[in-house]
Amino acid sequence: MQRVLKGLLLPVMVLLFWELSARSGFLKAESLSYPSAVFRAAFGIVADGSLFKSALETFSAAVGGLAVGAAAGILVGVAFGLVRTLAGLMRVSIESLRPVPSVALIPLALLIHGYGFNMESSIVAFSCFWPLLIITESAVRGIEPRLLEVSRVLKFGPMDRILKIVLPAALPRIFVGMRLAAAVSLVVAVTVEITANPMGLGYALIVAQESMRPDRMFAFIAWIGLIGWALNASLLRAQQRWFGKMGNWAEQSP
Amino acid sequence: MKKSGTTLGIGMWLGSLGVVALLVGVWQLAAQAELISPVFFPAPLRSFESLWEQMASADFWSAFRQTLARMAIGFVIASVSGVALGAAIGLSPQLRTFVEPTLELIRPLPASAMVPVFVLLIGLNDRMIIAVIVFSSLWPVLLNTVHGFKTIEPRLLELARILRLSRLEMVWKIALPNALPDIFAGLRLALTVSLILAVVAEMLAGTVGLGQNITLAARSFRSADLYAGIIVLGAVGYLSNIILERVEQYMLRWRTL
Repeated sequence: MQRVLKGLLLPVMVLLFWELSARSGFLKAESLSYPSAVFRAAFGIVADGSLFKSALETFSAAVGGLAVGAAAGILVGVAFGLVRTLAGLMRVSIESLRPVPSVALIPLALLIHGYGFNMESSIVAFSCFWPLLIITESAVRGIEPRLLEVSRVLKFGPMDRILKIVLPAALPRIFVGMRLAAAVSLVVAVTVEITANPMGLGYALIVAQESMRPDRMFAFIAWIGLIGWALNASLLRAQQRWFGKMGNWAEQSP
Repeated sequence: MKKSGTTLGIGMWLGSLGVVALLVGVWQLAAQAELISPVFFPAPLRSFESLWEQMASADFWSAFRQTLARMAIGFVIASVSGVALGAAIGLSPQLRTFVEPTLELIRPLPASAMVPVFVLLIGLNDRMIIAVIVFSSLWPVLLNTVHGFKTIEPRLLELARILRLSRLEMVWKIALPNALPDIFAGLRLALTVSLILAVVAEMLAGTVGLGQNITLAARSFRSADLYAGIIVLGAVGYLSNIILERVEQYMLRWRTL
């Protein structure tokens, strides 16, 4: 109990200081608003449905991009993990694409797709591809060799070998990769919306900023933080529940 | 990653380079035969030509310098303050009970979500961009440093007591080296974040820089220039990472593993 109180002390003090100094004119209230107004706005954007609408737009783009990027990353990762020659031959191509910052592709995606869902989810897909490629490749490499021997003894075809041996064995680490990529997808989606795409939570932030409504702006930021936190927490719980100790092991292996 | 890099033989590396040449060649041919739209996928040779032309112009180098300067200033401020704050928090269990829950609260917030706040507070200018970079690259450094300092092997602390090291010596000779791998993990993240936020903030603020270069190229459908700009940003990301890796190798050269 005392620990909780101590942990709450700092945020409460910051909020109190913010409230008092904004009210007394020490801080610029027109650009910072104050916590009680932000609190009211946080309920306001729920009540008028704008939070739900923008969250849905952001989520659909994030999930769409995550699905495509992760599927491609897992596919290529399995191929690279099983066929070392392929991984070696593609090394320079991969390593020269990977350092490109995802946001540098925003103008290109805009040129190809115009504004909207496709443009945003293609950037998300690009950023989710890399973590899954790397984790899947190393997970497949790390599979117990005896399992692969078993599949050879049982005369599995390549399809059976991948579906019955490789993927199940690599699954705990692939899930860890999915968890990381899910967090990335939300961050990238919001970033694309702030930078260019007029939809979703990020754009709602920009609109609030441009119409000089800092209370709404901070309310959206608080909700974005809360959504991100809830997403991470629930995926972490799912991982513990489905994979138990395997999940913890997957978390720590490089 | 590192392991596969070192085991890659010279033959495989050359082959891998050949694959890149092949892919670029196919792209070039497809573009020349107009199988793919030149607006979206310009011929690679045209992009490299544009890159070559840009590198001869003073405007490009001024944009390059400005973006890199913002990134470097932001990254250095964030690293120094992140390590200092992180060390203070990580070394003091009392302080941690007060601060850690707040840090956990801020951790899941996308750094870019704070950009509009800085725009409102500071305006669309250079200082806003640097503030955004500092703010967003501070978190990975700070959180990793805290983690590095709070996970000291207890036996090392006992050793410090037996050797009667002063508090300062203990921090300098035991805690800091112990935290360095974590600190560098945070710095690597912060470096990536600083480049991303530099580009994002430049696009929003419309100030001269590499981020603005690619936005302008896309707006006027100069796709070869756009690809050239993306190549430059990729190169900046790649080279800055290599430099940091070298620094890390040098600083951690005492580690046998």
